[in-house]
Amino acid sequence: MPDELKRKELVDIEYRPPKKDWMDVAPRFRHGTYIYPAKPKNLKYLDMPNPREWGPAEADWKLPDNWKEIVLNGMRERLDRYRSFKVFMDICVRCGACADKCHFFIGGGDPKNMPVLRAELIRSVYRGNFTKAGRILGRLNGARELTKDVIKEWFYYFYQCTECRRCSVFCPYGIDTAEITMMGRELLNLLGCNVNWVMEPVANCYRTGNHLGIQPHALMDMFGMMLDDIKDRVGIKIEPSFNRKGAEILFVTPSADYFAEPGIYTCMGYLLLLHELGLDYTWSTYASEGGNFGLFTSHEMIKRLNAKIYAEARRLGVKWILGGECGHMWRVIHQYMDTMNGPADFLEEPVSPITGTRFENAKSTKMVHIAEFTADLIKNDKLKLDPSRNDDLRVTFHDSCNPSRAMGILEEPRYIIKHVCNNFYEMPENTIREQTFCCAGGAGLGTDEMMEMRMRGGLPRANAVQYVHDRHGVNRLTCMCAIDRATLTTLMEYWVPEVKVTGVHELVGNALVMKGEKERVLTLRGDPIKETEGDEHV
Amino acid sequence: MIDRGINDVLSEKRGAILTRWFDAIADSYPANASSFFKDRKDRFANPVGSAIKEATETVVDVLIDGTSMEMPGKNEGEKVYGCLDRVIRIRAVQDFTPSKAVGFIFLLKRVLREELQQELGKDGMYGQLLFLESRIDSMALVCFESYMKYREKLFELKVDEFKHMAFRLLEKANLTVDPTGDRIASGKGAPESSDMK
Repeated sequence: MPDELKRKELVDIEYRPPKKDWMDVAPRFRHGTYIYPAKPKNLKYLDMPNPREWGPAEADWKLPDNWKEIVLNGMRERLDRYRSFKVFMDICVRCGACADKCHFFIGGGDPKNMPVLRAELIRSVYRGNFTKAGRILGRLNGARELTKDVIKEWFYYFYQCTECRRCSVFCPYGIDTAEITMMGRELLNLLGCNVNWVMEPVANCYRTGNHLGIQPHALMDMFGMMLDDIKDRVGIKIEPSFNRKGAEILFVTPSADYFAEPGIYTCMGYLLLLHELGLDYTWSTYASEGGNFGLFTSHEMIKRLNAKIYAEARRLGVKWILGGECGHMWRVIHQYMDTMNGPADFLEEPVSPITGTRFENAKSTKMVHIAEFTADLIKNDKLKLDPSRNDDLRVTFHDSCNPSRAMGILEEPRYIIKHVCNNFYEMPENTIREQTFCCAGGAGLGTDEMMEMRMRGGLPRANAVQYVHDRHGVNRLTCMCAIDRATLTTLMEYWVPEVKVTGVHELVGNALVMKGEKERVLTLRGDPIKETEGDEHV
Repeated sequence: MIDRGINDVLSEKRGAILTRWFDAIADSYPANASSFFKDRKDRFANPVGSAIKEATETVVDVLIDGTSMEMPGKNEGEKVYGCLDRVIRIRAVQDFTPSKAVGFIFLLKRVLREELQQELGKDGMYGQLLFLESRIDSMALVCFESYMKYREKLFELKVDEFKHMAFRLLEKANLTVDPTGDRIASGKGAPESSDMK
């Protein structure tokens, strides 16, 4: 709950916040605005420094004695290693183009959520310790000392950035605030100041292969339940293969697709589609996680977790890899995988066995997004679709941050949606495509203890959904990201409860007319399919 | 019937009242945010500012149009309730104490008193102002109800999210099915979502 009023304030409620320079305002760690720290067992498992019990709201964070030296050495090392970090520290002219582009600032009004100021949190320390002008002029030059309070401030604000990169779209110099946040988090990791919502999935993924630590037999059980539901609702018995050597294609998707609602319905969509095509593909219980929370931890961790995808592709001897609807997974695949774990020269350039289309964009990574794959099938008229089965739905599409801004996949999902449902409405232009607003739960923020902050940061997205709901009666928000499917569901429940969330391939699964199917009266969710006028007359 | 006097005065001063009240609310945020909420006109780029603007205009217009000693009629009441609810839904998740989240409505009383200061000596004007202030007090109570509703909603969401996240795991442990066949995770038995509107 918010703070209680102190007695003095009862007689003199001050409506205006005090006017202070940003360097003099310390963050308040209130429940709902910060994430719980990583459990020591997870840090130990990953060989990460300073595992301990501690709390952000406590005064003593139990930092190592030489914490300052550790951070400054860490900064020096990263300034030398990553040219982009050095450039981003030096180049900002504080023009303000990014200032009002962050969803947390727009929804909450905390100035330190303006990307320029979030970057200044670290840039001020850079100036004070690594530039001559900063050392001499100090605060006049925007420089400051590195203190324990600065560390607390970093922790507070670098875990209030979803690394969505909307601000970078507007920066005339191309400064990528997400990369600054990533550096900030790497430095915090050196002190053991990290969050459990990131470190536990990382530890689980490293050990078991997916975020919840689901072992192969439990994973098979979950598939069993989905396949039972498919048999009930579609009338087709599907028997997908797992860990099958010699398959042509390895399919990798975020694990939330097979254990969380509403992701499971998207997963059923994949299963139906790939079965109908008769594709020679396999799932893997080892590469059972497309998501990569290493992206929210450190470059080393991204590489460590991502490596399993290529390793499994090599072990199974597949030709190429098909990937499901995930967000940050695609930033990793598109922008890091090839340099970190490639070249994947043991794989072949992906070619659709159904249409013969060569996916030249995936020539290097050898990994194709399922939206590209399905859009190509529709374009080549390979699918029999009945969009009227989705007639109860009035659909809009949320461009997930990473697929849109990190890989530019904007048209394919829209092309698919327009072929599998009859009622599609776009949200306003400045809230979609490259300018899309984040769900406010990405980059490891999507945990329940962060609820207040997430609802705040999700306001701009929800506000645009509200608009199409009011104007067009939209009741379904489609997206291509597992984190979105989880966090937007909650966001809608708070802001626009009439709107439910779905993946693109759930709609595909509903509309797909399959060989041998029974009369479809239920959607994959088990909702009744609206009878069309034609049906009523039959 | 209320003397036309106060309505006429309010109508004349509508612009000034709106600006001062809006600015006072915007100033409850830190300086950079305050100027952004005031200046950015696009409702999608600035949902907070546009919600506050809509609410201030609706409330002030309802007060100006109130020609009867009765409390606002159903339509009017719903309009006021809707726009105040929207602002409270936002402020309930922003960095405010409960009193500050709800207290923005009282800023209007201060603005009205200051704007009407010169007129208060005139016949019946003071009594009419007191009547308007009572209406503002009622609106404050409505805001309090909304505030509690949304804070409670936040806690509900935490629980629901946990259920969704582990949907299949709960199902596997036979924790999601009740004798009627309704699934816990589907939220059956909970109030209809339209109640939250």
